[in-house]
Amino acid sequence: MITVRGLVKRFGMKTVLRDLDFDVNPGEFVALLGPNGAGKTTFLRILSSLSKPSAGHVMVAGHSLPHQASAVRARLGVVSHLPLLYGDLTAEENLRFYARMYNILNAGARIEEVLQLVGLLDRRGDLVRTYSRGMQQRLAIGRAMLHDPDVMLFDEPYTGLDQDAATMLDGVLRNVAGQGRTIVMTSHDLARAEVLATRFDVLSRGRIAASSTRRALGKLNLLTFYKRALAG
Amino acid sequence: MSAQAVQRPRAEAADARAGEAPPRGRSSSFFGAMVAVVQKDIAAEFRSRELLSAMLVFSLLVVLIFNFALELDIQTRRGVTAGVLWTTFAFAGTLGLNRSMAVEKDRGCLDGLLLAPVDRAAIYLGKAISNLAFMLVVEAAVLPIYSFLYNVNLLRPGLLLVILLGSIGYAAVGTLLSAMAVHARTRDILLPILLFPLAVPVLIAAVKASGGYLANAPYADIKPWISLLIGYDVIFTSIAYMLFDFVVEE
Repeated sequence: MITVRGLVKRFGMKTVLRDLDFDVNPGEFVALLGPNGAGKTTFLRILSSLSKPSAGHVMVAGHSLPHQASAVRARLGVVSHLPLLYGDLTAEENLRFYARMYNILNAGARIEEVLQLVGLLDRRGDLVRTYSRGMQQRLAIGRAMLHDPDVMLFDEPYTGLDQDAATMLDGVLRNVAGQGRTIVMTSHDLARAEVLATRFDVLSRGRIAASSTRRALGKLNLLTFYKRALAG
Repeated sequence: MSAQAVQRPRAEAADARAGEAPPRGRSSSFFGAMVAVVQKDIAAEFRSRELLSAMLVFSLLVVLIFNFALELDIQTRRGVTAGVLWTTFAFAGTLGLNRSMAVEKDRGCLDGLLLAPVDRAAIYLGKAISNLAFMLVVEAAVLPIYSFLYNVNLLRPGLLLVILLGSIGYAAVGTLLSAMAVHARTRDILLPILLFPLAVPVLIAAVKASGGYLANAPYADIKPWISLLIGYDVIFTSIAYMLFDFVVEE
C-alpha cells in the first residue's frame, strides 16, 4: 500500500531524511517511533503530499508522489496534533465542508455514520471551539475518514490529551484499524503503540533503524527494542 | 460501519476493503471546491464577526481621524477624498487578509484544505473571493458614512466601479501574499511589507481614477487609469492563480 525507496528530504543544507526505504502492506498498522527531530513528521508530510521529496520514489495506494498527488489525496486520511477543523463552525458544518471538498456522494448519511463512529452524534450542532481537546481530536479522526480512505496517517494523535480522552481515542483507533485500513502512526507513547500497532519501525537520524512485527518481537519489550534500535 | 466489520481480523478486513468499490473521496470539481471555500469563510465569519468588525472599526476610526485632522473647506475635501478613501481601504484590507489566512493556519486548516483532492487554484480563488467580499462589505459601510462626514457624494456608478476594480486587484495579490506570509512568525508585519510595493500600481490607478470621478473629469482623462486597473486585475489574478500551488508548497 505504501512503498518508499531512497527517500531524501533536505531543508536547505540540513538533510532530514537520508536514503529511506519503507514498505507497508494493506491492512498493516505501523507505529513509527523515534526521538524528537528524527524526521517522523517530515516523513508523514511527504507521504501525505504536503511536502515534496528532494529525491527518491514514493508510492501511496498505487499512485506516485508528487506527480499523482491528487489521486493519493483522494485515498488518504491525515490526523495530526492540530485538529484541522474550523472552530467557528459546528462539527456537522465542518464535515459538510470537507465532504464537498472530497466530492462525497450522499454526504448527509456518511456524516452521520462518521459522527456515530467517533461518538459525537449528539454534539453535532455544537461549535467546534466549545469542544474539549479530546473531542476535537475524535472529530479530526472523523474528518480524516469521511471519504473512507484506504490509508490513514496519524501524526502524534495523543498530544495534549488527558488519560480519559486518550483511552477513548484508543477505542476509535481500534475501530478505524478494524475496518482494514492501512495505518501509519507516529508516537512517543510506546505503551499505546505496543497495544495498537501490528508493526513497529524506529526512525533515527533520517533512516529506519529497526523494524519488527509484533509477532517477531515475541516476548521482547517494545521499550527494549526501541532503545536497542536507537543505540544502533 | 457495521459491528461485524470491527470484529473481523484486520487482514480479512483489509482483503474485504481491497474488493470493495473505489473510495468515496473523488476529485471535487473546480467550481464546487471554490464555492465550498467561499461559503465556509462566510459562514465562519457570520458566526465570529472577528474579521469584519476589526476591519470596520479600523476603517471608521481612520475616516474620523482624517475628518477631524483635516479641517478643510468643501473644495479641498473633494481633492483629498480619493487618497483618504484608498488609504482606509488598503489598511483595512491588509487587516482582513492577515486574519483570513491566520484562521486557516492556526488550527492547521490550511493543511486540511491542501490535503483535499482539488485543484489548489480553486482554494486560492475561493479565498480571494471571500477576501474580496469582506472588503466590499466594509467599503459599502464606509462610503455612506464618509459621504455624510465629508459632505461628498461618493455613491456614483463610475466611482463604485473603480472601487470594485481596485478591490479585486488588491484582494487577488493580497491573498497570494498572505498565503506566503502566514508561515512566518512575523506575518503581521511581513504582509504589508510584501503587499504595498506590489499594490502600488493598483493603488495609484484607483486614487487617480477615483479623484477623476470626484472632480467630474471627462471620461477620456479617467480611461487610462481604468484600463490600468483592468489590466492589473487580469494580469495579477492570473499570476496569483498560477503561483498559489508553489507558494503553499513546502
